[in-house]
Amino acid sequence: MVNKLIKEDTKMFLTGNEVLAYAANAAEAEFMYGYPITPQNEIMHTWCKLLPKTEAGFLQTEDEISAGFSTLGGILAGKRAFTATAGPGNVIMQDAQSMAEMMRIPFVCAVMQRGGPSTATVIYAQQETRLTCYGGNGEGFRIVYSTAGHQDLYDYMIKAFNTAWTYRFPTYVLADGYQGKMREPVMLYDPASRGIKMVPTTTALLGEGKIGIDRKSVHMRNTYNMEEELMEVLDSYQKDYDKMAEEVAEYEEYKAEDAEILIIAHGIVARSARTAVDELREKGIKAGLFRPITIRPLAVKPLRAAVSRAKQILFTESANGQLAQMVLEKLYGLTTPYSTLFKMGVGVTGDDLVEKVESMVKSPAVV
Amino acid sequence: MARTKIVLAGEGGQGVQSIAKILVEAGYEAGKQVLYIPNFGVEQRGGVSIAFCQIADETIGEPRYSKGDIIIMLSDRAIDRCERYVSENSTVVYDTSVCTVKPTCKCKRIIGIDANKIANEKLSARVFNIIILGVLLAATNVLELSDIKNAMEKALGKKFDAKPELRELNYKALEMGMDLVKEKAAL
Amino acid sequence: MAEVLTLPPKLPKSQNAEVGASKFCPGCGHGITLKALANAIDELDIQQKTVFGCDIGCSLLSWNYMDLDTVQTHHGRTTPVIYGFTRANKDAIGIAYMGDGGGLAIGSQHLVNATVRGERMLIVVVNNTNYGMTGGQMSPTTMPGQKTETTPYGRDCSVTGKPAKAAEMVAAIADPAKSFVARSTVSNVRKLQSTFKKALKNVENGGFSFVEVLSICPLNWRTNNVDTFGRLAQMEEFFEVKEFLVPEGLV
Repeated sequence: MVNKLIKEDTKMFLTGNEVLAYAANAAEAEFMYGYPITPQNEIMHTWCKLLPKTEAGFLQTEDEISAGFSTLGGILAGKRAFTATAGPGNVIMQDAQSMAEMMRIPFVCAVMQRGGPSTATVIYAQQETRLTCYGGNGEGFRIVYSTAGHQDLYDYMIKAFNTAWTYRFPTYVLADGYQGKMREPVMLYDPASRGIKMVPTTTALLGEGKIGIDRKSVHMRNTYNMEEELMEVLDSYQKDYDKMAEEVAEYEEYKAEDAEILIIAHGIVARSARTAVDELREKGIKAGLFRPITIRPLAVKPLRAAVSRAKQILFTESANGQLAQMVLEKLYGLTTPYSTLFKMGVGVTGDDLVEKVESMVKSPAVV
Repeated sequence: MARTKIVLAGEGGQGVQSIAKILVEAGYEAGKQVLYIPNFGVEQRGGVSIAFCQIADETIGEPRYSKGDIIIMLSDRAIDRCERYVSENSTVVYDTSVCTVKPTCKCKRIIGIDANKIANEKLSARVFNIIILGVLLAATNVLELSDIKNAMEKALGKKFDAKPELRELNYKALEMGMDLVKEKAAL
Repeated sequence: MAEVLTLPPKLPKSQNAEVGASKFCPGCGHGITLKALANAIDELDIQQKTVFGCDIGCSLLSWNYMDLDTVQTHHGRTTPVIYGFTRANKDAIGIAYMGDGGGLAIGSQHLVNATVRGERMLIVVVNNTNYGMTGGQMSPTTMPGQKTETTPYGRDCSVTGKPAKAAEMVAAIADPAKSFVARSTVSNVRKLQSTFKKALKNVENGGFSFVEVLSICPLNWRTNNVDTFGRLAQMEEFFEVKEFLVPEGLV
C-alpha cells in the first residue's frame, strides 16, 4: 500500500506532468518504471520527489524497452504499476505493449506526444495517435483516452488504472508536450470523495495458495503453435473488446446539436476548437465540436449521429489525419462532405480554425 | 472576454522562463485564469527560449495562439523567431541594448527599452529579467504590483531571506522596469 | 500373481510432471539444464517463491516445463520482466532463462544493466553457440570456424569479431561483494546443479547471480552423439568453465 497525498480537494497550479504523478498517487499506484525522454520527464521527477511521502516504488531502467517490460513484471507481481513515455520511446516500447495486449496485462502508460517521425521535436504533436492505438504486431486491443488539459489529465489518469484492471486491456492517457509542460490550475481530489473506488489488483504470479497443494503452477504464455489456436484466443478478445467498448467509449460535444459545420478534433486541439466555435458563433456561423475522448474505441453511434446532422465536417489535428483516418472508417455510408486542417507537429490555434471554417462557408467542401 | 496573450522570447539564460513563471503564478494567486507554455528545444541552454502566457477572466480554451497581444523580444534571434506572433493589434517590446536590429513588423505600438544596459550600469546583470518583468507588468496592466511581489516572494523567498539586500535589488529592478514603460507612454 | 510395478519417472518436484514428452529436440541440452535447475530449487525448497521467466528461442519451450509460476516473454526481454517483478515483490526469487542470442545479442543491454544494478535475480544463459529455433544461424558465441546457416563457410572472426564471453563480461562489471558469476556445462550435471544452488542461494541472500551454461545442439550442429560431446569439450576449452565471482560467505 502507498500513502495517498491528496486527502481533500486541493486546487493547485501545476504542469501537466506534475498532475499525472499526483493522479497516479491518488489512484494508489504503487510503482513507476521509467526512462528519460522529453517531454514526459517531470512525471518521473515528481514521482521521485514524492517517494519519501508516498512510499511507492520507482525504477529508472536502461531504456523504454525495459521500462515497458519491467512494468509488466511489476503488474504480474500484483502491483498497480505504470510507465510514461513519448515519441521514439513510445516506438520502442511497443514491444512490451503488444505483449500486454496478448496476455491481457493491465498495463497503464501516459504518452506525452512530441513531433515525429524520428527525433523530430521534443515539443508537441499529435503524431502518436495511430501508434498508441494500433502499434505492435496485432489488432490494437487497447483503450486510449485523449486528454485536453490538466483536469482531464488528473481525471483520466485515475480512470485509466480502473479501466485497465477492469477490462485487462492496455490503457493509455494520450496527451502531448504542451499538456505536459504547460501550467494551469487544476483541482486535485481523493477519488473516494467522487465515489470512485479503485479496482483491486490481482497477483498473476506467486499469488495466493501453494503450488501442488492449493493450486497448480501458473504458466503464462504469448506463443501459440497453431493458427486456429491463436484465432480462437483473439476472437474471444475481440468479443471482450466489443462489449467493453460500449461501456468505455466517451466523447464530448460542444454546440454540436445544431452545428452546420462540425469540427472533429481530439486532445488539446479540441480546446482550440472550442475557442474557435465561440468566435464563429459570435460571427453568426453555426459551428460545433465533436471531440472523441476515447479515440480507441471510438463512440461510433454518437459520432455518426453528429456527423449526419451537420452540413460539413472539418477534421483538424496536429498530425496528417491520423484521427481522421480512424474516424472516416466508422463513417462509412454517410455522405456529409469534409475538409481538413492538418498541421503536422504544430499546434492548431483558434484563429487557424476560424479562418478555415470561414473559408468553408464561402466555398463548401465537396469530398 | 478579457484575455491577455503574451509572448516572451529571449536567449537561453536570460531568465525568460523564470519571469514567465512568476507572472503566471501572480495571476493564479490573484484569482485569474492563467495558462503558461514554455517553448523548449533540444538544447538545455543556448537556444531561443520562448514563453507563451495567457491571463484571463474566464476559462482559457486554446493553449497556443497565432497572435499575441504583447510580444517581448530580447535578442536578435528572438526577433527573427517571434515576428510571426505579431498582429496589427500587438504591442512589441524589444531591448535596444541587446538587439542590433529593430523589429520591422507591423504592429500597434513598438517600444524600445534598454533594460540590459540599465541592469549592468545601475543595478546588476542578474536582475535584467526582473526589469523585464516590470516592463511586462506595466505593459499588460492586468495584475497589481503586490501580486507580482507575492509571487516573487514565493519563487525567491529563500534567497531573499539569506541575503535581504537581494529583495531590495529585485524590487528596484521591478520598479525601474515599470517606469521604462511609463516613460515611453508619456512620450 | 505377479505384481506390476509402475514407477513414475524421477522428476524434481519443481519440474512439471503434466507436460509429458519434452518438446525439445532429441539430445538437446535444455532438458539437462532445466532438470538441474529444478533440483537446485528443490534442494533449497524455494519452489513456492520462485518466479520463472523464459525468453524467445528454444528456451521458450520451457514455458510450461517447470512446476513454477512462469511467464514466457519476448526475445531478449525476460530479464526486465523478471527484475520488474522482483523489484515489486521483495520476497520473490526471480529467474530469467534464455539462450545466447537472447542474453548476448538482442537482450544484451538488459544483461549489462541488470548486472551493474545488481538486480536481485538469477540470469541463466544457455550457450549452444547458435540460434536454434530459427534454424541455426550464427550467434554472438558461435565458435571460430563454426559452420552455421549465416556462416556457411565457417565463422570468419576477421569479419564477425571473436565469440562473446558472457561470464567474463558479467564478472568484469558486477559488484564482487554481491554477485555470483559462473560458467558451467551440461557435461557435468552434478556440478551444474551445485552451481545453480549457489547462484540461487546468493539471490536468496539479496544478491545478483549469472550462470552461463555451455550446452549442445545436435540438430543444428548436425552432429552424432560422439561429435556432439566432442564439440562440447572444445567449447569447454575455449570458454573457461569456472566460478568467476563468489561473494564472501556464500556456501
